Amino acid sequence: MTTNSITLTVNGDQVRRDVPARQHLIDFLRLDLGLMGSHVACEHGVCGACTVRLDGAIVRGCLVLAASLHGSTVETIEGVSDSGEIRDLQDAFIARNAAQCGYCTPGMLMTAADLLKSNATPTRAEIREHISGNYCRCTGYQAIVDAVETTAHKRRSSGPKP
Amino acid sequence: MNENIDPRALDRPNSYIGKSVPRPNLPKLVEGRGQFVDDVVLPRMVHVAFVRSPHAHAKINAINGAEALKIPGVLRIVTGRELAAICDPWVAVLVHLAGMKSAPQYPLPLERATWHGEAVAAVVAESRALAEDGIAKVDVDYDPLPAVADMETALAPTTPLIHAELGDNLCFQRTNESGDVTAAFKAAHKIVEATFHTGRHTGVTLEPRSILADYNKGSGKLVVHHSTQAPHMMQGVFAKHLRMPEGDVRVICVDVGGSYGIKVHVYPDEVATVAIAKLMGRPVKFIADRLESFGSDIHARDHRINGKMAVDAEGRITAIDIDDLTGIGPYSVYPRTSAVEGNQVINLVGGPYDFANYRAKTTVVLQNKTPTCQYRAVGHPIATTVTEGLVDLAAEALGMDPIAFRLKNLMRDDSYPRTSPAGMKFEGLSHIKSLGRLMDMIDYPLLRSEQDAMRAQGIYRGIGFAAFIELTNPSPFMYGIGGARISAQDGCTVRIDPDGSVVAATGVTEQGQGTEGIIRQIVAEAVGVPIHTVRVVTGDTQTTPYGGGTWACRGAGIGGEAALQAGIATRAAALRVASAMLQASAGTLDIVNGNIVDRATGAVRMPLAELTRIVYFRGDTLPPDLPRELMQTRHFITKEFPFAFTNGIQASWLEVDVETGLVKLLKHWVVEDCGRIINPQLVDEQVRGGVVQGIGGALYEHCAYSPEGQLLVGSMADYLVPMAAEMPDIEVGHIETPTRESLLGAKGAGEAGTAGAPAAIMNAINDALRPLKAQVLAQPFSPERILQALGKVPT
Repeated sequence: MTTNSITLTVNGDQVRRDVPARQHLIDFLRLDLGLMGSHVACEHGVCGACTVRLDGAIVRGCLVLAASLHGSTVETIEGVSDSGEIRDLQDAFIARNAAQCGYCTPGMLMTAADLLKSNATPTRAEIREHISGNYCRCTGYQAIVDAVETTAHKRRSSGPKP
Repeated sequence: MNENIDPRALDRPNSYIGKSVPRPNLPKLVEGRGQFVDDVVLPRMVHVAFVRSPHAHAKINAINGAEALKIPGVLRIVTGRELAAICDPWVAVLVHLAGMKSAPQYPLPLERATWHGEAVAAVVAESRALAEDGIAKVDVDYDPLPAVADMETALAPTTPLIHAELGDNLCFQRTNESGDVTAAFKAAHKIVEATFHTGRHTGVTLEPRSILADYNKGSGKLVVHHSTQAPHMMQGVFAKHLRMPEGDVRVICVDVGGSYGIKVHVYPDEVATVAIAKLMGRPVKFIADRLESFGSDIHARDHRINGKMAVDAEGRITAIDIDDLTGIGPYSVYPRTSAVEGNQVINLVGGPYDFANYRAKTTVVLQNKTPTCQYRAVGHPIATTVTEGLVDLAAEALGMDPIAFRLKNLMRDDSYPRTSPAGMKFEGLSHIKSLGRLMDMIDYPLLRSEQDAMRAQGIYRGIGFAAFIELTNPSPFMYGIGGARISAQDGCTVRIDPDGSVVAATGVTEQGQGTEGIIRQIVAEAVGVPIHTVRVVTGDTQTTPYGGGTWACRGAGIGGEAALQAGIATRAAALRVASAMLQASAGTLDIVNGNIVDRATGAVRMPLAELTRIVYFRGDTLPPDLPRELMQTRHFITKEFPFAFTNGIQASWLEVDVETGLVKLLKHWVVEDCGRIINPQLVDEQVRGGVVQGIGGALYEHCAYSPEGQLLVGSMADYLVPMAAEMPDIEVGHIETPTRESLLGAKGAGEAGTAGAPAAIMNAINDALRPLKAQVLAQPFSPERILQALGKVPT
């Protein structure tokens, strides 16, 4: 089976692996690197459970081939948790019970964090629209919208004045 | 019967029952540090994938795996015959469902494939990817057979038999009748009649079905990591069918990525995985992919119901008559059986209403489609859709407002205990109070005037209501009396450790609903310790008391009461030691905030951790005969009522685009009464999640089949689920009518949302379309069906 040698940065660590040409990013993260926080659920780009950050933008890990990632930077839920980057958002999810089974949660958090980076004052409709590619069967979404909205409010009131 | 505890009277430190305390599971889950089955990796682990039938019905002539075995890393091809030698088949019937029949089912079939998507052979390989490579090379020689696809003709004499030995394609039939229905219809002022279809749908758990079985040939022990709701039940199933003692089987489920009833059944491919682990003596993992989930997870709710309602001139319901038909696939699903959904429908129709004459027949037929079984709110959404659909039709026929009609007919809050015409026993419900609370929340006159104003502009908005009942806290009357080894009792062990912290091990399980959270709240309050010092253990048959797990909304009501009683017993045991140590009578002492205190003054006498130090390390200093059992187990089972019914009412406010047929949900309200609320936030989120799951079935979700029995949905692009952008905000209100069967007073809350939402949506759509003389009664209420109802596209 054809393999490709790739060197990339994952959560700040430089890693080098030989990967099969057909392997997608999430299998690479889970099976080769043991990063189990990103979840596999549909493997055809609909559910968003495998959302991770690739070179600063969120992608569906099941739609990206690992072999294409030479020189890339990948950040996963483990990385943004360890760095503390989304601590406030995670705390809001806990306080609002915006996660039930927790299977969609890492992907949902990566997507919500992406919105808050580009839009400091999202409306509820904008939040719903931005997370509309992330399937959650448990919550009915309202608690997630609330948690993201609360985090945006808090960031505005505690952040530097423009 | 008990006096319930009153949480407001316990407003002191460690008073947690009734408060929105965050769940202990969440910190790990928001960091992606949970442990789902696919996250578990064991030494020498291999993967299994299944060759699945492309036919709805076919004879299997031969399975040839020679080419597959040439692929390096493909280790073994396993067939049904091979597994039948080590694993006994099952027949899923319940003896209390008289006349029910089904055929023996094996982990992999021996001679015939009976649905599109059925596993017919297994490929074991070093990785899932290699196992799938192997599947592509396995050659199965099939002779396609005629398929039974349409449930309407499943019993016709010309229809082929799925299992010749059963004599026909009938699984179960029952008529539930009371009063004089014929006379009531003869005397009726008005009769309304309609045919409803609830549409076959499925659970779509985000984490697919997952299992990792590890059999140690040296010790003879089997450890199964399983994404399941019922670990003890599965322990019994694996032991029985693999011919092992239950003590040699351990089932572990740490985190479960959604279940909703999907993960409480015995799946042949999962049993096959365990049998293969026993065969090979090494860990075998099976994780379903999305395609095989659609074809092999249980489906549900494939019902056609003809309903009739009679009313008198005063607007009172006098009779309901329904004829329910459901197709369940080729086998009844083990061990709950696939007849229960239909049986629930005929037990629940008309549930909220005060009337005397009732006849309901269910006919449960076999067909060549994916097996159906219990899925969140089993039967309730169907019964509620039929009942509330007929209620709105009756109100319309009488020229009455739907709220006025409901107020006239709902059971009075002071009329309990009572038995419904369908034979259900109600301990205490609150339909009238709930409706009143809903009216406080929605501003009904304002919505009606807004509706009128918008109609004048050609915008069609509707408001729909659905009163409902929900069956919770099941007793052995649900399954046990039918011979199923499904536990209705549950247990909890509470233990105080040497540092004064507390561990509670419970037989109820956690799939995200907050079981561990509420057990922690209850135990902290019962023992008298700060909540952060309590750790809850679930999902391990080796370390938790025997219990039924999670189904039919029993976690809080059954598991919660066992935890409360175990916590109270543990506190009493600790106080007995304290009374000896402090030379005070136990009655004058208490435990508050992790300290032994003087009950009257609250003065701290000794930290609990000092008591545990003495018990565990200096027991020599205590009186020799003093009991010092700082670990207590209690089990609980309901006794007076077969089920603790809850009730509520929902309202939906939506807009129908009459040009496109699209439905825009504007707002949704729920009032529900689940008895004692242990954690208001968790109850509200159960309701909201349940409502959205109900909305999915009402508007989007459909396991569509071709007339030949080919499943037409293979991905989440074909099978639509509710996503955030289309969902409304949902307002939740409560009435609390505690059950007096327990000290805690809690009933279930997990299925109320799903029970009522589809009916509320249907009634709201039909309310919107009423001026256009159009109505929809077949789920999902898709744009196509709405445009058909409006006569804008051909049917």
